[in-house]
Amino acid sequence: MTAGPTRPRKQIHLAAHFPGVNNTTVWADPRSGSQIDFASFVHLARTAERGLFDFFFLAEGLRLREHKGRVHDLDVVGRPESITVLNALAAVTDRLGLAATVNATFNEPWELARRLASLDLLSGGRAAWNVVTSSDAFTGENFRRGGFLDRADRYTRAAEFVAAARALWDAAGEGPRSFAWSGDHFAIAGESAPPRSPQGRPVVIQAGDSDEGREFAASAADIIFTRHGTLEAGRAFYRDVKRRLPGYGRREEDLKLMPGVTVVLGDTDADAQERAAEIRRQQISPQNAIHALELVWGRDLSAYDPDGPLPAVDPDPESALVQGRVRHADPFEAAARWRALSEEKGLSIRQTVIETTSRQSFIGTPSTVAAAMTEFVERDAADGFILVPHLTPGGLDDFVDTVVPLLQERGVFRTRYTGTTLREHLGLAGTGVEGLTA
Amino acid sequence: MPAPAPLHLAAEIGGPPHDDTGRLVRLARTAEEGLLDFVTLADSFGGPGPDALGALARIAPETGRIGLVPTVTTTHTEPFHVQAGVATLDWVSRGRAGWRVDVSTSAAENRLVGRRETLGPAAAWAEAGEVAEVSRLLWDSWEDDAEIRDTSTGRFVDRDKLHYVDYRGTAFGIRGPSIVPRPPQGHPVTVVDASAAVSRDTAARHADVALLRARTAEEAAALGADLRARAAAHGRDPGALRILATLVVDLGDGPAASAPDGGHFGGSPAELADLIARWHAGGAVDGFHLVPLAPDTGLARFTRGTVAALRERGLFRDRYEDTTLRGHLRLARPASQYATTGGVS
Ligand SMILES: Cc1cc2nc3c(=O)[nH]c(=O)nc-3n(C[C@H](O)[C@H](O)[C@H](O)COP(=O)(O)O)c2cc1C
Repeated sequence: MTAGPTRPRKQIHLAAHFPGVNNTTVWADPRSGSQIDFASFVHLARTAERGLFDFFFLAEGLRLREHKGRVHDLDVVGRPESITVLNALAAVTDRLGLAATVNATFNEPWELARRLASLDLLSGGRAAWNVVTSSDAFTGENFRRGGFLDRADRYTRAAEFVAAARALWDAAGEGPRSFAWSGDHFAIAGESAPPRSPQGRPVVIQAGDSDEGREFAASAADIIFTRHGTLEAGRAFYRDVKRRLPGYGRREEDLKLMPGVTVVLGDTDADAQERAAEIRRQQISPQNAIHALELVWGRDLSAYDPDGPLPAVDPDPESALVQGRVRHADPFEAAARWRALSEEKGLSIRQTVIETTSRQSFIGTPSTVAAAMTEFVERDAADGFILVPHLTPGGLDDFVDTVVPLLQERGVFRTRYTGTTLREHLGLAGTGVEGLTA
Repeated sequence: MPAPAPLHLAAEIGGPPHDDTGRLVRLARTAEEGLLDFVTLADSFGGPGPDALGALARIAPETGRIGLVPTVTTTHTEPFHVQAGVATLDWVSRGRAGWRVDVSTSAAENRLVGRRETLGPAAAWAEAGEVAEVSRLLWDSWEDDAEIRDTSTGRFVDRDKLHYVDYRGTAFGIRGPSIVPRPPQGHPVTVVDASAAVSRDTAARHADVALLRARTAEEAAALGADLRARAAAHGRDPGALRILATLVVDLGDGPAASAPDGGHFGGSPAELADLIARWHAGGAVDGFHLVPLAPDTGLARFTRGTVAALRERGLFRDRYEDTTLRGHLRLARPASQYATTGGVS
């Protein structure tokens, strides 16, 4: 597929996800380093900047996950507080955007707007906020107000939170700096706005898949972080979200879709497939396979053999076995699907989990991967990707060294940063440089 | 005669302009060239500039040894976020973090949140003490060796070394454990300004470093003795509390009185060295926290003039002997409170 001379090639946006606290991260690999030492963050961030990525992304968890009433101990846990570590990374990077996931339920607008505006100021216009909304009472036990928000209200609070933060950011700058906000969730006023944001206001990211979540993203977000990684699912999601934009007076290019994906490279495509299978086996250890099964069944299944068949018992829909994770909306449906797959292909518990919990991956030689990524973006299944490596902190070294140059050769990825702010990298409105990256 | 106790020096690097990162880096480096124990960066909940914790995290990688002590307020914040932020400053600075605990009692600050009654100073300081206490519990909630990466059992952490803190305070409760592994210093250094009577008990109970303002060495010694007595009454070792006198200093060239007046000092760098040596020799305080009226010129005058003079007299270190703020202050690294008590109950 070649681009016609009249249509400039759509550019790919890339972000680096610091491997978080789940079984994506293969800590048992001897190349796996610390998830908490600052040196790890420096390594991954500098790799991403060397690769001219748009931004560096940190997830958030506000309570350690539990399983059967005890802290879950199989996955990597323990991470720094996002905004603080990103402020430090601003000192060792120059252009890379710095995105913090911060919950809108367990924070207040003035304080968070100021902290994000500070990060934006201290980084020269590179801050982004991924607005998440979990409101469960389990997490709430670590906060002053406890589990105070109904699930139904999570996005009304988030939307008002973002609107209030924008009012605060917009009040900064020349002229009077006093501000006031009054709504259903917040009534705040002050004389002095947060510090001026060099990019007008920090970039807003949304991660959440419900209809309310998509609507919120269409109204207020600059980026959606999604899990819709296959070409067809991506295209459907892309159409669904982008068609919501005109209702808010926004254009298609005002909201970028960036699925989280993994990349596995090899010298040949077959070699890469083999490595990918090996990584999946490492991610789904025998213990992790039983754990994943328990997440669906809501029952103690520790007596089952991971290499044996799926349990014959039904899931327990009322189970409180799992805390701090999103459960399957319909565990009976999920169990039926898993059983059907296992019977059809003759898969053990572990093999079934490996097949069903796999996230979208680009697997192949650097040139296969570069071609597939390009196709995704050109066919409007995504505007770019948030890469989730399985190793800390060296998991993106090969991608940056081998795939990025091929994307550049294809003319679908920048060969240098043309702006200094994250909004400029993303080609987002409000910066006065729209069209520069098109 | 016993060797004199080591002298500790710190300096404030705040003041307008608030939005110049390069300036903060320069000031912190100047303080580091002077081998000071730490720098403070003042802040308030409704402060105009970048938040102090963020700003000192920003300059952490651009400095190597100096301690970093942002003001962090506790009245309107989530204690869980506060302890995680301070622990993270300790991780990114590799053991150089502290925090200066402060409260927000103004109606204007309250309107920025708009959901609590305005707290009076006594209640706010009592709550600040609770935040300091729960922070230490959360910093301890991961024992130092909780991360095991045991491939034979597939366990990343030893959950017997992770602890619920189950704190119940007057205004909040926290289950725990923290999400941040135990910070390099165990406990980042807690600093409290004990000048006002209302904050004194919180300082005696929770501070590693207490700041106080005094007009004379005698007054400083009396306040310090009161603090140590209160610390002992709370069951602490009073010798593990460092007491620094805060002096607002004007090291301009103009003629000025060289005696502190209500915590203000005006005079030459050499005269300031005399004053510091005199107070310290008398045992009134463990050191000084300098607040230069004009940091951009005053801090360099202080390090090149006053500190150099103190060093010539053998009263101040001529190199950093440690890498952590606790090390500079000669404060031991505390063991986790949970280290011997067994696992999550
Ligand atoms: C790709 C993706 C990443 C997410 N990352 C986080 C995270 O780091 N922290 C968090 O608390 N929630 C995270 N979430 C949860 C969502 O932000 C959201 O709160 C949750 O999915 C409920 O919203 P929904 O019902 O609209 O999906 C993530 C969700 C998605 C889809």
